[in-house]
Amino acid sequence: MKSSEILTCFQCGTCTGSCPSGRYTSLNVRWIIKDSIRKDISGDLELWMCTTCYNCQERCPRGIKITDEILRLRSVAVKKGKVLPAHRAVCRYLIETGHAIPIDDLHISTREQIGLAAPETVQKYKKALNDVKTLLKSTGFDELIKE
Amino acid sequence: MKELSLFLGCLIPNRYPGIEKATKLVLDKLEVKWSELKEASCCPAPGVFRSFDKITWLTLASRNLVLAEEKNTDLLTICNGCFSSLLDANNILKNDASLRNEVNAHLEKINKEYLGTIEVRHIIEFLYRDIGSEKLGNFIEKPLPLRVAVHYGCHLLKPTKDRKLGGAECPMFFDELVEAAGATSVPYEGKTSCCGAGGGVRSAMLETSLKMTEYKLERMKKAGVDCIVNACPFCHLQYDSGQVELAKTGKIYNLPVVHYSQFLGLALGYTPEDVGLHLNAIVSAEFEEKIALIQKKN
Repeated sequence: MKSSEILTCFQCGTCTGSCPSGRYTSLNVRWIIKDSIRKDISGDLELWMCTTCYNCQERCPRGIKITDEILRLRSVAVKKGKVLPAHRAVCRYLIETGHAIPIDDLHISTREQIGLAAPETVQKYKKALNDVKTLLKSTGFDELIKE
Repeated sequence: MKELSLFLGCLIPNRYPGIEKATKLVLDKLEVKWSELKEASCCPAPGVFRSFDKITWLTLASRNLVLAEEKNTDLLTICNGCFSSLLDANNILKNDASLRNEVNAHLEKINKEYLGTIEVRHIIEFLYRDIGSEKLGNFIEKPLPLRVAVHYGCHLLKPTKDRKLGGAECPMFFDELVEAAGATSVPYEGKTSCCGAGGGVRSAMLETSLKMTEYKLERMKKAGVDCIVNACPFCHLQYDSGQVELAKTGKIYNLPVVHYSQFLGLALGYTPEDVGLHLNAIVSAEFEEKIALIQKKN
């Protein structure tokens, strides 16, 4: 379903002119918005070049929530299995450890060097980690990122 | 105001523990009532997880929020990504009954319920609003007469309608905190521009993300600053590790990267080692000597 807000875009290009990624890449936010109305862009790599900095959304003279729309378009892509390998890896870390970036031996020893014990996070508490796993199963996230 | 639970996230405890230590030292010195938020997971990070599946993102965020609700404390973040995920999720769940019900149906499986009774804070916003730059100035033992490139980071400021910290084009509050520590916040072109790390770009497209970092580093260097001061470990990583990655292509900046917790720690009299500056990838002997000299003089 197309959001009626998106249809108010008059293609002024403020979004593209404000985009730090578009300065260097083929990401053109104005095109993303235009194309998303007419066709399936879930395979466009450009969707993943956005740093979600919100410049476009802040400056849009129509008040269109552009960054939020890019996030939505990404989730449509993911449901079609369009997941970049690096992102799939981060998702696996989340499922296995409860963290996008888990602790490792090097940083356990770094912590010790400065007098810090193991972090008081889900990594230390088995039941808490099981809770996180239960939730990720319940929402279907584990299935979503399966290859 | 409620007491605070410190939410660590992933990057700070697992990659930059110096920021964790500095934050704890600083909070104690400022006599802020805080405790650890035990059993917390990834916020979960807004770039990848929010993009992938909104309900999963909300559900995992709600579990972290509930941990703070159970202690009847507000939740203090020290990372723009954690702030973004948890503040946005908290706002969404407080205002959207249907999403709240959906999330609570998942939470029921682990015997938890989201109620919407606490607030999400960010250390910069907390120091500015609840302590204030003037009062903070009274705590400063070792003013740091340094030239600083302040980097706010996108998600501390935007979306402005949700952050409620004023405009994003020319913000001032973080600069005020840096100057309260005795430093000069030096203007530079592209100051509010992105570091390049967010949105899953760093993890999947490192070269692209580094182009944005280079844009920033060039302009900071040109402004003649002693260091970068940031409010987020992901921006911190991008500038710190990013300089090592850029050096492989012959681009050398040698700009020390300091989280505000560490910077404030130095101004409160802690040594560079106390606040973990030596754990950065970019370690500048010149910068550390400068700090040592300043701290000796005062």
